Amino acid sequence: MGSASRQRRFGGCLVTIALLFLVLLWTIPTLGIFVSSFRNRLDIQTSGWWTVLPHREWETVSEIDVSEIADLDRQGIMEFEGVSGTFEEFREGIQSGDVRVQWVGNRRLGRVEVQKQVWTVTWDFTLDNYKQVIGGQEFEFTRPDGTVEVVPGDDMSGAFLNSLTVAIPATIIPILIAAFGAYAFAWMNFPGRRLLFILVVALLVVPLQIALVPILRDYRTLGLNGTFLGIWLAHTGFGLALATYLLYNYISTLPRETLESAFIDGASHFTVFVRLVLPLSVPALASFAIFQFLWVWNDYLVALVFLGGNPEFELVTQRMAAIAGSRGSDWHLLTAGAFVSMLLPLIVFISLQRYFVRGMLAGSVKG
Amino acid sequence: MEHTQKPEEEAGLFVRIVSFLGRLFVAVIIPLIAFLVLYAGFLFLRDSDAPRGLVAVVAIIWGVGGVALLYWIFNGFVERLSDEWTTRLQPFVFVGPAIAILAWYLAVPTIRTFYLSLFGRAGPPDDMGFFAALGSDAFVGLSNYKAVFTDPLMLEAFRNNILWIIFGSTMSVAFGLLIAVLADRSRFERVSKSFIFLPMAISFVGASIIWNFIYEYRPPGAPQIGLLNAIVTSLGGVPRAWPQWVDISPFNNLFLIIIVVWLQAGFAMVLFSAALKGIPEELLEAGRVDGANEVQIFFRIMIPYIMGTIITVWTTVVIFTLKIFDVVWVMTGGQFGTHVIATQFYRQSFTNRNSGYGSAIAIVLLIAVIPVMIYNLRQFREQEAF
Repeated sequence: MGSASRQRRFGGCLVTIALLFLVLLWTIPTLGIFVSSFRNRLDIQTSGWWTVLPHREWETVSEIDVSEIADLDRQGIMEFEGVSGTFEEFREGIQSGDVRVQWVGNRRLGRVEVQKQVWTVTWDFTLDNYKQVIGGQEFEFTRPDGTVEVVPGDDMSGAFLNSLTVAIPATIIPILIAAFGAYAFAWMNFPGRRLLFILVVALLVVPLQIALVPILRDYRTLGLNGTFLGIWLAHTGFGLALATYLLYNYISTLPRETLESAFIDGASHFTVFVRLVLPLSVPALASFAIFQFLWVWNDYLVALVFLGGNPEFELVTQRMAAIAGSRGSDWHLLTAGAFVSMLLPLIVFISLQRYFVRGMLAGSVKG
Repeated sequence: MEHTQKPEEEAGLFVRIVSFLGRLFVAVIIPLIAFLVLYAGFLFLRDSDAPRGLVAVVAIIWGVGGVALLYWIFNGFVERLSDEWTTRLQPFVFVGPAIAILAWYLAVPTIRTFYLSLFGRAGPPDDMGFFAALGSDAFVGLSNYKAVFTDPLMLEAFRNNILWIIFGSTMSVAFGLLIAVLADRSRFERVSKSFIFLPMAISFVGASIIWNFIYEYRPPGAPQIGLLNAIVTSLGGVPRAWPQWVDISPFNNLFLIIIVVWLQAGFAMVLFSAALKGIPEELLEAGRVDGANEVQIFFRIMIPYIMGTIITVWTTVVIFTLKIFDVVWVMTGGQFGTHVIATQFYRQSFTNRNSGYGSAIAIVLLIAVIPVMIYNLRQFREQEAF
């Protein structure tokens, strides 16, 4: 008995270690970006973000001025601090005990450093990256050699506003339309009801790529290309099948007696829908709302096709992709920008996770 | 759900025709008017020079309020008719807009895209009718499809999508299951699941930036700022620009696939976790009493019990990876042998402006999901709850 419980405790320990390992594996990528977004531009470029953790680094304790050594054979074997080697070897740094001797600079004018390993952390955090990425603030900084460089920032606040303007209606409109539809499928009787619902189920998996070319043609004819209305309707169209299906699953399981007693009291379908069904369906509405909001906010392709021609309506994802494309090594902008773009979905996601999970289970387990 | 008697049964042919027309009218006219009202507002907004923030707020109120208002107006209109006609028409006030939008945005485009795929780069001539265009010079028959299946870049895309499907879905399912099983036995279940789940909120573009930073390449000797290269060099390896490492093509695609596994494992985990909790405890105890060890219990009891969920998750991830676009487009733009079907579709349709070829690719994508569609419809029919 004792050994069994010990074995279980041992197993539990292994489980925790394995789980911790996976959690770390899943968190470290985001953590790297997060930490880097607070480091200054030069630090990001010259050292890994993990140097904010305590680590051992070589620190120079003394220097030897080689120009004072008269008979130094720079082509052959040299000896400093009891360590001997060629110039090439010294350039790489020669270790002996806890001391490292390294030649810094070129063969003729360089110097020799004697280094020891010390524990250190690189803690030099700044908010400048965020200022640049949100306010478009230009940023001057001095290189180690004294030259001043001006780095243009990147104003994402406009893109942020555009993303909000796209995402809010593109979340609410499909929910509204789908809720009406789901109610009709669940509680009204009409010819073609079954056939139309089969259409909804069939359209669940149709890739939206199928629609882009014809819809873009329609949009060009109607002058909707590059407008908010166009992209709201596009997101409505592409999200509507899933919305109707999910909301039908929920609305059709509402208690029949509650609705029927309302009908007996003389309420119309519209009243029942607005006064009774919508309030009762809040959990389902919320879970789809989160889905759709994340999908619209994070969307890249639909916006690229329908808003792509209009730089004024650039969204957060497009802005980010553009910075990644044209200034791919400006990690100070990319890391801060990535976090700005992730902020809102993360808040929505974390605060409403319960609804999201419920919706996912309702939709995907049944489908 | 037969709580009202079908009015059709006692109605004559005339009433049927009129009610059909009425329904069609209601279903089409509501979205049409809604559209026109929104459209007019938009032209107004577009041409005004109000500050951006104000335009945004007005746009949001206009869009959401306009749609709600139109439902209200049309319902009021239909409810004023005689009870009989209200019963006939009201369902279409409710369901009509949804069906009309689905038809415009998804159902009809399948046919239109197929039609376009039979034409050359500029599509059918504008001044010709639907059938007349089939006789014009622009009509190329199935030659776009022939090109799709012979073009080396397309073949590369098919190969890569197969890699995506095989590795992407297997790894997502495997990691999701592993984490679900581990978390189920741990005291830290909630916390650890939240952490794994979090990447689901991150966009593909954001994820691409996060992983680009991990793959960041510096020449040998320079301090590596990318985590992967830092690890590799500290172990004595050679730093590489991993997704661009063409020597191991096509397996450099794996560095892109990992990104999506990272994003999707949380989804798989949540579904598996719920399914595992549904396994009756007696079943597991019975297995233990019979002397099965934990590994046997996992493979002989748990896996068969949650097979339905595994299939669901697997098909979802397969469809997802079939359409994968953003990650590839942002990470490599399809270079270094990483094109997939969706990036080829985008490149042909919008960069090369070859609508015929692009449409043919879209149709191929549609055909690829048809098995899943049939499976869904069969499941739906089996439920018979409708």
